[in-house]
Amino acid sequence: MEISQKPLKYVDIVTVNGRIDSATAPEFDNTLKGLLEHGRKKIVLDFTGLDYISSAGLRAMLSALKSAKNGGGNVVLVKTNERIRDTLTLVGFHTLFLQFDNVIDAVDTF
Amino acid sequence: MAASRHLVVPAEPDQIVKLATFVAQAAADSGFDSLQINRIELAVDEACSNIIDHAYGGAKGIIRLEVEMVPHRKLTVILIDQGKPFDPDHIPDYSPRGSLDTIKVGGLGIHLMRQAMDDICYEFNVPGVGNRLTMTKRL
Repeated sequence: MEISQKPLKYVDIVTVNGRIDSATAPEFDNTLKGLLEHGRKKIVLDFTGLDYISSAGLRAMLSALKSAKNGGGNVVLVKTNERIRDTLTLVGFHTLFLQFDNVIDAVDTF
Repeated sequence: MAASRHLVVPAEPDQIVKLATFVAQAAADSGFDSLQINRIELAVDEACSNIIDHAYGGAKGIIRLEVEMVPHRKLTVILIDQGKPFDPDHIPDYSPRGSLDTIKVGGLGIHLMRQAMDDICYEFNVPGVGNRLTMTKRL
C-alpha cells in the first residue's frame, strides 16, 4: 500500500494505491485519525489506484465517516474499480459514501 | 475432477496476504472471475484476522489452509487453528441500515464473510484437528 496526503485550504485529499489489508490497514486508519484529530473533517479518499480493501480498511473508513460527520464534515470517494465497488456494496457503503468520477468533483462537493 | 492444495503459515498479520494470494490462485484455476476471487479473498482475510486476533490472541501459533477445488463447480476453503474457540455468532450482526450513528463498526467483518461466501461452518475443538472453519463458494 502507498498512501499520500495533499492538504488543500479546507479539504484533504488522501490517495491510496495498492492493497489495504490487515497488515496495512493500521497505517490507513492512523492517517485518517490524524487528520480528524487535527480538525480536518473534509476528506476526499482517492481510490483510483486501489486494488483491494479488507474489512479492517472498511472499519477505518466507517469510523472516519462517523467522526467527520459528527464534526460537520464528510468523507467522500473518488473512482473505485469494479472489485472495490463490489466490496463496498457487500457492506452497504455505497449508500453511506458519496462517490465521484474525479478529484475535482469530489473537492467541489464541500 | 477434484484437487486440493494446502499451506501452513505462522499466525501473523503479514502472512495473510500470502494465504489470500494462495486461495486467489486456486480460485482463478477453478474458473472463478475477478469479482468472485475478490470476495473469496475478503473472506479468507477476515477469517485469518480472527484466528490471529481472537483464537490466538497475540500468542504464537500456526494456521493451516486447505483448498479443495472442483473446477467450474465450487471451491472449498478450510482454515484450521489450535487457538481458543472463536464463535462469531456471539458478535452482534452488522447492518448498514439506519442512521450513521446507530451503525456499529463491530461485526462488519463477519457480515462481509457471510455475504462473500455461500456456506460457512465453524467446528470447535475437533479431536486431533483443533478449530476448523469451512467456507464454500460455488460458481
